[in-house]
This record gives sequence, structure tokens and C-alpha cells, in this order.
Amino acid sequence: MNRKQKKVLTRVIIALVLLVAVSVIDRFAEPAWYVQLILYLLPYFVIGYDILIKAFKGIINGQVLDENFLMAVATVGAMALGEYREGSAVMLFYQIGELFQSIAVGKSRKNIAALMDIRPDCAFVETDDGVEECDPDDVEIGSIIVVKPGEKIPIDGEIIEGDTTLNTAALTGESMPVDAIRGDAVQSGSINLTSPIRVRTTKPFGESTVSKILELVESSGERKSKSENFITKFARYYTPAVCISALLLGLGVPLVRVLSGSSAMLGEWVSRALTFLVISCPCALVISIPLSFFAAIGGAGSEGILIKGSNFIETLSKTKYVVFDKTGTMTKGVFEVVGIHHSMIEEEKLLELAAIAEQSSNHPIAKSIVKACRSLPDSSRLTRVSELAGEGICAVIDGADVFVGNDKLMKRAGAQLQECHSAGTIIHIARGSEYLGHIVVADVLKKDAPEAVKKLYEAGVSQTVMLTGDGERAAEAAAKELGIDKLYSRLLPEDKVARVEELLAQKPAGSSLAFVGDGINDAPVLTRADIGIAMGALGSDAAIEAADVVLMDDNPLKISKAIRLSRRCMRIVYENIVFAIGIKLICLALGALGIANMWIAIFADVGVMVLAVLNAVRMLKREK
Amino acid sequence: MKKTYAIEVDCANCANKMEQAAKNTEGVKDANVNFMALKMKVEFNEGADEKAVMKNVLKACRKVEPDCEIEF
Repeated sequence: MNRKQKKVLTRVIIALVLLVAVSVIDRFAEPAWYVQLILYLLPYFVIGYDILIKAFKGIINGQVLDENFLMAVATVGAMALGEYREGSAVMLFYQIGELFQSIAVGKSRKNIAALMDIRPDCAFVETDDGVEECDPDDVEIGSIIVVKPGEKIPIDGEIIEGDTTLNTAALTGESMPVDAIRGDAVQSGSINLTSPIRVRTTKPFGESTVSKILELVESSGERKSKSENFITKFARYYTPAVCISALLLGLGVPLVRVLSGSSAMLGEWVSRALTFLVISCPCALVISIPLSFFAAIGGAGSEGILIKGSNFIETLSKTKYVVFDKTGTMTKGVFEVVGIHHSMIEEEKLLELAAIAEQSSNHPIAKSIVKACRSLPDSSRLTRVSELAGEGICAVIDGADVFVGNDKLMKRAGAQLQECHSAGTIIHIARGSEYLGHIVVADVLKKDAPEAVKKLYEAGVSQTVMLTGDGERAAEAAAKELGIDKLYSRLLPEDKVARVEELLAQKPAGSSLAFVGDGINDAPVLTRADIGIAMGALGSDAAIEAADVVLMDDNPLKISKAIRLSRRCMRIVYENIVFAIGIKLICLALGALGIANMWIAIFADVGVMVLAVLNAVRMLKREK
Repeated sequence: MKKTYAIEVDCANCANKMEQAAKNTEGVKDANVNFMALKMKVEFNEGADEKAVMKNVLKACRKVEPDCEIEF
């Protein structure tokens, strides 16, 4: 509890004691009415003076119809009707409710803040006079900072000394520690685990990962969802409407009764009108909706899913079509040796031969072969090497001509090659004109990719589509393994946009289409889709700009997680809307009929609000 | 120019009213109040004097919610 809340609590206790004491006196001494009034006014003023002052200020500023005004009118009205005890008790319970609500909101605010507690407090910068502690904001690019084990990396940079493991859970939601060695880029917000490192900063604090994430989360409230706008608008018309109804109830009904010849029962109807007013406060509605969204965004953030606004949660929850980019999204985006076929010599020897020939090449395929070779290629066996563009490499290894490349190169060498039917790039190898076999290199699927697609269907997605620039064979193999419905291969970047537009036109109304890409070359498609999801976007500015949802790690499983999370959030939002409006309307009706008294009115105001807040806070619980 | 300010306000509806009040203040292009984060983001008109505008924003907000506070 903060100081303000403690002060209110003290006042609540004093007023409660006073009220009980006064009730006892009232019961046994039965003093004259004016003595009663004065006695009951004591707890009333102790607990309600600030409300009365605010209500008065509100009237001066032309702000009638706010909460304070309603409470002031209701309680003063009760007093005027001779209901002294009700008058002070209602004020007391209103304040207790407000206190409870303020504590509940404060608590959830703290919980959400804790989820996003990644802001580093200080950086330790190396200067000429040793290590100095300073504000991360003041650290210039290119400074050397020291990060000890257990500390957060304050600014993005590159390790220049020390090998360690990092905990990136705050950024990616992935709890497995990651190894980081000299030369690796590190993101701010990761926690250094094992040994001290020295980092050269590559960005100012304001552009570092941490700042960007915080900025995203904090400004996510700006993009309001439809349901949020609905509630804001609703609240704007609702309060005046209720007040007019109350006026009609309190004065109109007695008037009609007088005119029609029955007794006016003014007191009864005014009391009903006052109850009506207390029920009417719109706070429960107004807070519970943004709170649900905010909690959802905070909760998602702690799992490495950044959602840029509550409107995107709404769209995401309606996702029926998911369109993937292949390379880098569902596949690792790097080539790997996936097979060695028709080898005339030992497979390892074949791989070694290819690795020796390819070791100096920078081509991604060459690199993958060198990487797959278990022993380091022995460069002393290589005497001469030349590259033939579009064909491959001719090398002299152990004194013999070796050809490593495609079918054209084999023709040139005069070797009889074996066709291969695997998906991927085929690297043939020949020694002189003797064919030795071939190596298949392909971009492999991410480990979790098939599971991710399955989970999407479980989450209610009706169709999955894959777009790729790759050739049919590789694309088909991947799509089959993933269990994807539809495939478009050999696409140029602009074709991707066209395909997505086609799909957008086809999809049924009320559903949305999500595009998942790796964010670097997919920016136009990311913006065109109803919802753009960028993967593995840690550190990629283009993706963060273009996408609506950013998955911080490469894991495709997070897509279905994000969809499920958004659905859960929308369910809570609708629950809260229906629940809060429903209870209010029921209580209003009961109040008008004279069944609900002030006590129920207070529940309708504060109780509903607290329940709605508690419901919203469920969003913070992690899904298993 | 956009700036973010820390605010203090007790109820969600009051925060909405503050947002409206800030939006209607002269020199303010757009304003946004995030009740959960207790932040007010203000976009100023070209060439507006930030301090002076914010003073008016605070004044307008105090009118709708006497208890509120904006740090600037």
C-alpha cells in the first residue's frame, strides 16, 4: 500500500469505529433527530470530506456527473430523507471499495511491470581511470562496458573479451541459457550467467533492444482495439443517460403519480433515484478492458512475443489463415548436408575430399560442406584450386584432379554422373573422369516446425499456406513434412504480395490472415497481411517496424501460442464487457423497482469493478 | 514532437477524461493516456512551446480531475 492508500485506510478505521459508536448511542439513547444528524455527520465527514470537496470543485468546473458528484448527491440525499445511518454508511463503503480497487489495480500494475522488468539501472564503463558506474543513457557507441556474472547487459554490443553463457529469457521467453563467445553480438536485457565479459557497445541505449521492447509495450496502448473504443464511447453516453433516468425516476414518477391522483411517495422515489445514481458509475467497464489487454501484452512479452497494440490482439484472435515464408521461418535458413549418395569411396572420405576443395570458398553451400566434415580439412593436400562460376570447383588434391560441382562440371570432367531424386542442391564429386558420388545439401526444417503447424490447427486455424522462392521439389518436400495445405513455389518477392492479396480476397469476412516471415525481405508482405508476424526479429529493425507481432526467438511454436493467448485475452474481454454491463443493468432495473438498496448499489459499483479487475489479471498467468 | 510524461491518477475513467482534456488543449496534436502504465504521451503541434502547452494541459486535466498530477 502506498501512502495515499494508508491514509484512506486510517480514515476508514476511524469512521468505522465512529459509525458503530454512534449507532449504539442512537439505539439506546434515542436522541432527538438533530442530535442524531450531528452524530452521524461525524463519521460522514471523516470519511467523505474529500469526496464532497471534489464534487464541489467538479460543479464549479462544469464537471457534473462524475463519480464524486454522484456519491455526494446520493449521500446528501439520503441524509435529507432522514436516512442518516445509510448516508454515512454508504459513503464509508464507497471509500472501502475505492481503496480495495486502488490496491487491486496497483497490484496488477506491479505484476505487469515485473514481467517487463528488463530495464537496466546502470552500466559499468571502462575509462582511463578504471571502471565507472553510469547511466546507460550516457554511454556512447563504441564504449567498452564490463558485465559481471549475474548482471544484465545494459546496451547492445559485441563481446570483445570473455566466453560466457547468457540467460535471454527476458527477451525471448526461452529459459535455456545461450553460449556467447568473443565476437558474438549480445542484446541488452540478457543476463550474464557464468563469467565476466567486456562488451564494445554498438548502439546507444535508446536504440538498444531493451529500450525498443519497452517502448513497444508502453506505446501499445495507443493502438486501441474496437472493444476498447466501444467501451470508451459507451461510457461517454452511459453516464448522462443514467443521470437523466435518475432524474425522471426521482421527480418524474412522483409527478405522474400526483397528476394521476395517487400519493406522490416522493421520498421513496428519490431514494430509488439515488440508488440508481450510485450504481451507475462506469469505472468497472472503463478499467477492465484496457487492463485485460495490457495484461495480455505484458504476459506475451514475458514469453518473447511482442504485440504492438491491443487492436492486434483482436485481429490475431480471429486468425483463420496462416501464410508462411519458408526460408528462415520454417527452415533454419542455413544449408546443411542432408545426405551422401552413390559414394564409390567411404562417405567420410568423399565429404573430406569435397571439404578440402571447397574450404576457401565463401559460398553458403561450400561452408555447409566444410562444417559437415568432422576433421578440419587438411590444406596441405591441396595444391591448386580454381572456381568455375555456375559450375563448381576444380582442385588438385593429392596430385589428382578433383571436380566438385553440378552436372555441367561433371560433363566437363567427362564423368558419368548418377541422378539424384532428393530435394535439395546436389553436389557431384569426380576424381579425373571417375565419378565418386554426390552430396545433398538442403536448408533443413526447424526442429519444432511440424509440431508448430499441428498446433496451429489445434488453435483453430483453418488453412495454412507456404510461399517460397525455392524450386518445386524442395518446397514440396518441406510442405509435405510440415503438413501444410497449400504451396506456392518459385515466387519473387512481389509475387508473394500478389498471392497474399489473392488470399485476402478469398478469406471469409470476420476472419483474418496472418503472415509469418523472417522479417528481413518480407517487409511488404508483413504490412499487407491483416497481421504481420516477424520471426527471430531480435535486432532486426526492419522487422520490428513492419510487423505487428514480433516473435523474439526463432521458434515457430510461438505462432500458435500467440494466437491462443490472444483468444484467451478476447474471451476475458468479452466476459468483462458482458459481466460488467449485465450486472449494472440488472442492478439498475432492481434499483428502479425499489428492490435494490444502497448496499447493492455499492456492490454494483465497486464489487463488479474488483471482480472485473481480478478476471483481467488472469491474463498474467502463464499458459502451460 | 512527441513526449511521454508520468502521470498520477486514481481511476480509469478519470484517465480517459484527462486524455480528452489534453487532446482539446491548444498546441496539442494528439494525446494518449495509458492508465495501466500511468503514462501520458503528447504529440505537439509544430513550433509549440512544450512547457507552456503542458501547463495548459495540466490545467485542463485538473478541471476534469482535481486530484491528477503530470510530471513535466
